[in-house]
Amino acid sequence: MPESIVTVLDITIGGLLLGGIYALIAMGLSLQYGVARVLNIAHGEFIMIGAFSTFTLYTVVGINPLVCLVIIGPVIFVIGFLLQRTVFTRLRVTAPNPGAYEASSLLAAFGLLFIVQNLALIGWGADYRQYSYLNSGVNIGGAIFSANKLVILGFSIAIGLAFYMFLARTRMGKGIRAAAQDPSTASLMGVNINRVLAICFGFGAAMAGMAGVLYSMRIPLNTSMGLQYTVIAIIVIVLGGLGSIPGAFIGGLILGIIGEVVTYFDPSLSLAAYYFIFMLLLLVRPKGIFGK
Amino acid sequence: MQTLIIIINILCLIYSGWFIERLLTKERKNSLITSGILLLVLALLATLPLYALGYTSILITTILMYIILTVSWVLFSGLTGYMSLATAAFFGIGIYASALFLPTTGALLPILVVVLIGGLASSIIALGVGALTLRLRGIYFAIFTFGLVVFIMELLNWWEHTVSHRRGRYVMLVDNDYIFYTMLGIFVLVMLTFFFIRRSKFGLAMRSIGENEEAAAHTGINVTMVKVITFAISAFFMGAAGAIYATKITYVDPYVAFSVLFSFLPVLMAIFGGMGRIYGPVMGAAIFTYLQETLQTKFSEIYMLSFGVLLVAAILYMPDGLTGLIQKVWRRISGGKRVHT
Repeated sequence: MPESIVTVLDITIGGLLLGGIYALIAMGLSLQYGVARVLNIAHGEFIMIGAFSTFTLYTVVGINPLVCLVIIGPVIFVIGFLLQRTVFTRLRVTAPNPGAYEASSLLAAFGLLFIVQNLALIGWGADYRQYSYLNSGVNIGGAIFSANKLVILGFSIAIGLAFYMFLARTRMGKGIRAAAQDPSTASLMGVNINRVLAICFGFGAAMAGMAGVLYSMRIPLNTSMGLQYTVIAIIVIVLGGLGSIPGAFIGGLILGIIGEVVTYFDPSLSLAAYYFIFMLLLLVRPKGIFGK
Repeated sequence: MQTLIIIINILCLIYSGWFIERLLTKERKNSLITSGILLLVLALLATLPLYALGYTSILITTILMYIILTVSWVLFSGLTGYMSLATAAFFGIGIYASALFLPTTGALLPILVVVLIGGLASSIIALGVGALTLRLRGIYFAIFTFGLVVFIMELLNWWEHTVSHRRGRYVMLVDNDYIFYTMLGIFVLVMLTFFFIRRSKFGLAMRSIGENEEAAAHTGINVTMVKVITFAISAFFMGAAGAIYATKITYVDPYVAFSVLFSFLPVLMAIFGGMGRIYGPVMGAAIFTYLQETLQTKFSEIYMLSFGVLLVAAILYMPDGLTGLIQKVWRRISGGKRVHT
């Protein structure tokens, strides 16, 4: 194949591989913001916790990172569930209006960011950590990708699909969708609103945690890595439309490809490019590409 | 002894906020006595470098800086209800104004002119950003302003890396007393601006936007203009404070200048103090900065951790801040006779 086609293929597949992780992170945040109305600035900290726990479980105990998914996911779900049940429910009940709740929960999440990040700093230290897992190369149409990147994309899509089916097909999923549309009417119709919101927040956190587990296979870890991914998640959910789960998934893939394209020309500009697109989008179409 | 001086000066700062609040409300009795105390308070503050150690006046300078950031944040966000997270952007622009015009090789312009440039550059950018974004409601505005900080930081980082080929810049050393007096001057300006805006028709327009924007628009207020102008005014003080702060830290790079912490700290301090009264943000910023500076030197590891705990606790249990708490206690002591809101 000619050089240029290989490059285009390289960038597209690389973008999808990166975008899969973005999609998973953003779906978690979309759930927390779209239903629970918490713009969780601490979202990335759950990614960091997931990644570091995997590092410890793999290098110290010797547990396979893919097995870590089913250990760390549920644990972080419980943490998220309890957080919503205590902190954010109290804020929601005492807030005079929904706008005030969004502002106060944003600030509480910012406090949470500091708590989690500094606990991790005390526990794991400030050094970069890395481990190697499934690092052999796989050839796709002339471009070589490491196997773990493909595994990450596969699991991201599987988790995203499973979650979508849960929302679309189960009774609890219906309750969640009802709560997203109108919390007070949903609670009149017999939806236990506090429980549904706590489950949503828990799922959001668990998805971030699982994204962290997967992502730890391909990047060096640092306790201050979280905020960067929170910001990416925010950009993706604005891109896909605030609160839209499919929007978050597709938005994640799109942002991944944009990221790879910009990285191809100048790696140090990729974050700036994300912000540029993000701000442009907020100005031109704040509802997002898939927003109604 | 130095601790006593610090506490007295913090009380002086809070008093000046309280005095302005008193002028704004209708109870103006004993104004001769309270004005007399105000003069004494201002004299105490203005002569600080004469009786305090160097460290003390540096600490008071930092406290003044955070008061400026917090009060100018409240000036816009507290009154209109639009939560701006762009403080760090304007502050950073001010810092870079100093980095450009006050290199270690010698000042290109007088320091006060650079402070003015920092302020003006910030408010010009605020005018542009405000005109573009102030139609975004609620959380969108907060997200956008947060993005703006990181966008400027990344862009500047790229510029320094690929175009000017340097990591950071050094700013010339300026006498501590000079920094203190400049900060004090900006503080007085901020408080006066707050006073005049709150008392004017313009301030009334802002408060009606905060209460119900649509109703405000229907009564004939040009809501966009009011919001954009206030945004620019508040950015001016943030930029000016940044410009003089740069001479205090002497080394700047994009990560130092555009740290998102400078966006969140003023919000936290305002909430911690309580936004219902002008002295609330002053009190919040002063006490919080003092705690921060002492904790940071004694227990640096758990300092950030306790910062997070304090933030969550303040939002959960003190929604009206310290002033709300004090009023509640005061009302209980005075038997509910002086209830006013």
